[in-house]
Amino acid sequence: MKLFLRLLFRNRLAGFGAVVLGAIVVLAVLTPVLPLHAPNETNTANRFLRPFAEGHLLGTDHLGRDLLSRLMWGTRLSLAVGFAAALVAGLAGAAIGVIAGYFGGRTDNVTMRGVDMLMAFPYILLALAIVAVLGPGLLNALIAVAVVNIPFFARNIRGITVGIAHREFIDAARLAGMGHTRILLTEVVPNVVPVVVIAMSTTIGWMILETAGLSFLGLGSQPPQADLGSMLGEARSALITAPHTSIVPGVMILLIVMSVNLLGDGIRDALDPRLRSGALARPMAATRVERKTVPAPEGEGLLRIDGLETQFHIGARVYKAVNKVSLDLKPGECLGLIGESGSGKSVTALSVMGLVASPPGVITGGAVRLNGQDLIGAPYEVLRALRGRKVAYIFQDPLSTLHPLYRIGDQLIEAIRVHEPVSRAQAHERAIKLLEDVRIPNARARARAFPHELSGGMRQRVGIAMAMANDPDIIIADEPTTALDVTVQAQILALLDDLRRSRGLAILFITHDFGVVGQLCDRVAVMYGGRIVETGPTAEVLEAPAHPYTRRLIACVPELGGGRRVLAAIPGLPPAVDDLPQGCAFAPRCDKAQDACRKGEIALTGAARQVRCLYPEVAP
Amino acid sequence: MGGYILKRLLSAVPVLLGITVIVFLIMAMIPGDPATAILGSYATPENVERLNRHLGLDEPLWRQYFIWLGNLLQGDFGRSFALNRPVLDEILDRFSATLILAGTAFVLCSLLGILAGVVSAARQYGLADKAITFVVILGISVPSFFLGMMMILLFAVQLRWLPVSGMYSIWGGGDLPDLIRHLTMPAFALSVVATGVIARLSRGAMLEVLRQDFIRTARAKGVHERRVIWGHALRAAMVSIIPVLGIQAGFVLSGAVYIEMVFQWPGVGRMLVDAILKRDILLVQGGVVFVAACYVGFNIVVDVAQSWLDPRIRT
Repeated sequence: MKLFLRLLFRNRLAGFGAVVLGAIVVLAVLTPVLPLHAPNETNTANRFLRPFAEGHLLGTDHLGRDLLSRLMWGTRLSLAVGFAAALVAGLAGAAIGVIAGYFGGRTDNVTMRGVDMLMAFPYILLALAIVAVLGPGLLNALIAVAVVNIPFFARNIRGITVGIAHREFIDAARLAGMGHTRILLTEVVPNVVPVVVIAMSTTIGWMILETAGLSFLGLGSQPPQADLGSMLGEARSALITAPHTSIVPGVMILLIVMSVNLLGDGIRDALDPRLRSGALARPMAATRVERKTVPAPEGEGLLRIDGLETQFHIGARVYKAVNKVSLDLKPGECLGLIGESGSGKSVTALSVMGLVASPPGVITGGAVRLNGQDLIGAPYEVLRALRGRKVAYIFQDPLSTLHPLYRIGDQLIEAIRVHEPVSRAQAHERAIKLLEDVRIPNARARARAFPHELSGGMRQRVGIAMAMANDPDIIIADEPTTALDVTVQAQILALLDDLRRSRGLAILFITHDFGVVGQLCDRVAVMYGGRIVETGPTAEVLEAPAHPYTRRLIACVPELGGGRRVLAAIPGLPPAVDDLPQGCAFAPRCDKAQDACRKGEIALTGAARQVRCLYPEVAP
Repeated sequence: MGGYILKRLLSAVPVLLGITVIVFLIMAMIPGDPATAILGSYATPENVERLNRHLGLDEPLWRQYFIWLGNLLQGDFGRSFALNRPVLDEILDRFSATLILAGTAFVLCSLLGILAGVVSAARQYGLADKAITFVVILGISVPSFFLGMMMILLFAVQLRWLPVSGMYSIWGGGDLPDLIRHLTMPAFALSVVATGVIARLSRGAMLEVLRQDFIRTARAKGVHERRVIWGHALRAAMVSIIPVLGIQAGFVLSGAVYIEMVFQWPGVGRMLVDAILKRDILLVQGGVVFVAACYVGFNIVVDVAQSWLDPRIRT
């Protein structure tokens, strides 16, 4: 609750709304004891006095009645009516919703059909019909507004009740022999009340507006009694000669409704865990860069990553997802980057082209050089021109990574046309050719398919075709086979290997599967806790892992035809990268860890084979 | 696609029937004798009874409903006693004016709302976002009839740019420029609230979509950011924006009642309010059924647009 209030008032607008609304409510409550003129005391000699006239702070209306007094009494009435309408609609709607949701079946069906019917009306038609029957009058307007809003509550509450009605504690209550009424009152209703209250608090503003509207039309409060709406309605005929009589009640309605809305938004936001965690932030076009120094290039290479540091800044916390990672990729080479989930391998890959979601991602150090050109901090247009043309990506889950509403042919055509000024027809032919290259049967027809109409394997072939569209030098494949079943996985790997050999592609292959690395990669780099812990030629690393972590990771892979063997899972969990231990990050899970492992930096040592370990399994 | 449209049209039949039942039941709840209400309290008992028989009011309720429904289907909405002309003629005369007003406002709020929402999302937490958010809060809080009155004061009375009210000038009007001049203020005043709501929902939908994986794919392809936002992201966000447009159309239609009063627009809304004050029940009944039916029809159009936009729900 305290947290909720703090969050609410951190939102300055919501705080403003709360203060304004509070002030208005207090004044409305105090109206009878304030030293005001009687609201209905007419004095036709003093008609249409301007504001600040003597004795009449806001002036007078067409009958010489004091506007300030009428405003306060009108506000009081409008607030009361709005609140009452919200209460009636909320309670009636909740009752219908709870009953429909709890009993389900035919009760639910019939009730909700009725509610749907009511929702088929534009709301005011229904309200007008009700007022037509009951006759004009404030109470009737209140009833009309309440009835019109019942469906909204009924629907919301039904949804929530259906969720509750199938929970274990309801079954338990039923098994304990409790009757429906008792279960409803003791188990269901208490769980629904908070939702009803929140929905009511956010709709009060709306109710006030609607009743004011009906009164404005002359269908609500009848003279001499006036709420804010009928004050406006009466003032309309004198709009041009005495505008203040319209402005005063109008501004009051605006203030009330706005403060209710601000407060309602604030409440909703403060209760939404997604907003609290910043998960609704939009990622920018390129990852934010805050780099102080640029490391010198450590050598040649098609792609060189030097001392890359990528972090996630969430609130006050800093997650060091990638911590001084250096890698290099030669033309035509396939480098495997392997590690558990959360080891930083995907973030490393995405950092290359500035695709790490930002906020919260920030690249805080290092360099990524493509043919010697540093990409970190490069202008957006430079980066964009290289994306897909020189460095292309293949992502993990092709269902979520392909646009669901574009035909796959169009997605391929777009990939071609953003980098080459070819006609649509030419691009279309090339797209078909690409689909054939990745061995999609019947490519011409499939180009018209939407992603959801293809199988997982076919979709990933489309993903590969899209990556190949501009004949890139490098493909970064981020677990491209993880979401696929094993036979399809083998086909996709074979396809990638073929393409790589026939086109001289360099591949950075990210995976958590040593089996896949063994099939495809020339070299492998092992990541743990955001750092490289071992690199070397694939065969050597697989044959004789130097880092204890690599050894244990390989031991986790079952081998077909390898005979019976104990599969040793690694105990414990990967480290949280916002709170890395001193020294070796793997030390807490390592069976060979000594005291020295837990102190100070451990360097990556060796040449062709490098390892970051004080007590390696084999000398690098 | 054709099959979907047909299915959707068929599903509207029970809704339309439900609407007539609801309206009929509400009207049947009118206390007292309708014939007395029509003829006034000085009517002789013989006259009241004759009118009751003439109107079929001596039949049981369910028979009355079917007689009324049968007449509706033949285009006979009854006769307005206050205006002494067929209800349908009056409704059709008035409805075109409402359609012009509400239609313009609807186009306006859809375009402005989506535009503001997308810009706001694309510049999240930036200056444009904050400015738009503030205007949106103001927009959804202002009563449209008050806004309309203030616009009259400013643009018609003070600046004399636009006519105060009405649909056409009394002298020398009647052409399109004249209509546009009369339409500008009411259409804008009517669209403001819906614009705010649509902007707000579009912003949310865009933020939701911009975090999706396929946006990252588009960026990885090298698609220009402008196209990522206005093409890829907006296209996907439209799937959740379109239903909101359908709902807002109902609110625009509702708001038209107030705006027609403020600007003396000769539409259905004003007709309904007058009819209620004069207790011209048949006119109210016919008007409500007619407008509700049009709204149901519009929602079918929205659903079809939705299915055209999202191939996943077509199958």
